[in-house]
Amino acid sequence: MKTILSEQQLALTVKRLAHQILENNLQLSNTVIIGLQPRGVFLSNRIVAELKKIVGEAAIHYGKLDITFYRDDVRKSLHIANATDIPFSIENKHVVLIDDVLYTGRTIRAALDALLDFGRPSKVSLCVLIDRRFNRELPIQPDYTGKTIDTIVSEKVKVCWKERDEREEVVLL
Amino acid sequence: MKLSTKHLLGIKDLNKEDIQLILSTAQQFKEVLQRPVKKVPSLRDVTIVNLFYENSTRTRMSFELAERRLSADVLNFTASSSSAAKGETLLDTVNNILSMKVDMVVMRHSASGAPHFLAQHIPAAIVNAGDGINEHPTQALLDAFSMQERLGKLEGLKVAIIGDIMHSRVALSNMYLLKKMGAEIMVAGPPTLIPKYITEALDVRVEYNVQRALEWCDVANVLRIQLERQNQPLFSSLREYNLAYGIKRKLLDGLKKEIVIMHPGPINRGVELDSDVADGPHSIVLNQVENGVAVRMAVLYLLAGREN
Repeated sequence: MKTILSEQQLALTVKRLAHQILENNLQLSNTVIIGLQPRGVFLSNRIVAELKKIVGEAAIHYGKLDITFYRDDVRKSLHIANATDIPFSIENKHVVLIDDVLYTGRTIRAALDALLDFGRPSKVSLCVLIDRRFNRELPIQPDYTGKTIDTIVSEKVKVCWKERDEREEVVLL
Repeated sequence: MKLSTKHLLGIKDLNKEDIQLILSTAQQFKEVLQRPVKKVPSLRDVTIVNLFYENSTRTRMSFELAERRLSADVLNFTASSSSAAKGETLLDTVNNILSMKVDMVVMRHSASGAPHFLAQHIPAAIVNAGDGINEHPTQALLDAFSMQERLGKLEGLKVAIIGDIMHSRVALSNMYLLKKMGAEIMVAGPPTLIPKYITEALDVRVEYNVQRALEWCDVANVLRIQLERQNQPLFSSLREYNLAYGIKRKLLDGLKKEIVIMHPGPINRGVELDSDVADGPHSIVLNQVENGVAVRMAVLYLLAGREN
């Protein structure tokens, strides 16, 4: 087991991602944040908390998207659905999708399909904490990256969050 | 986590975890049905046949809509307009359909146990959409979903099932389900329509006075009088049934608490349920129909995902 990001580094990375998002979308007017269920939401909750400190609560539209029903492997393995909660229109908005690890790209493919069923955003960006750049199976790249790492398929990246795993770090297994 | 059964033949075969899984998945599908695009691609590689040997409006449309909302391919079969009318057996009909590469069968039949028979002979997953006087599992699941949605829980809930208990597959499935989820059950109606050994067999309360049943319960699930299944008269007239056992606004207004009125449909207005009750504030009849699609999507999704 190798630590990729320690608790302190993780906190700094989250702050940086929040600032980068803000840099490109000043005041977040016309921008909405959507975290992917289940594990991307831990990251998006933290990024949104950072954004609130800077631009205030009122400016932020924050939703959660579950992509279970859009997966391409329903008959290979059954996945249990989580709640989707997007209480605003995404029509003509800039959507920032947030997930913890970008690996094959299949989750993001499903997320794009799911997202487009809610309307037609003017633009979609992708923000991830960890980018496993050499394992992509689809042509999908992140716009905001916490850390890029080179891994082989047999390795596993685990992102631990306090609410769930009682510690806060990213490790390679 | 997945269902413990390959088919949904009856609530009898499910355990509490299965029921909870179906209800929580249905909750997510209900949210899908509020979206601008009310459709997900989950079952786009699955073909489902709706095999209806008995008449149905709500259940067949609800299943078909659920299948289409999941992007499954749908085949419809109605016995009256098919080769079954020429004398083809059930097993022959189904094997012919399956040879066209169909993955799941949704089936309604007037003979109790027909889907169980089929399950022993064919490889496809089977969903029972009502078999004779045995079970109607998806109706019980959507009833439970609607109760939970309105009242927040099932455990400890007092549910009165009122009317033609003897001929009702909805009643039997509801009793199995509510028992497993820890609700208290009472059946009420005329003695001729309540099976004699029901207390011993299913451990439910029996009440022959509808007013007392309403005073006891939180939810009254009122059943249709099934004249088509009664070979001999079991009460003197529909008018008399309405006077003694029909649910009237006056009865509900006289209660000390608000109760919820449910009915699986089709309603015989002015027989088991008066119009001002069916259309009144106590009734969640149309919510039940709405929830039916989400619950059936959950069942089909979970069974399709179980194949490997």
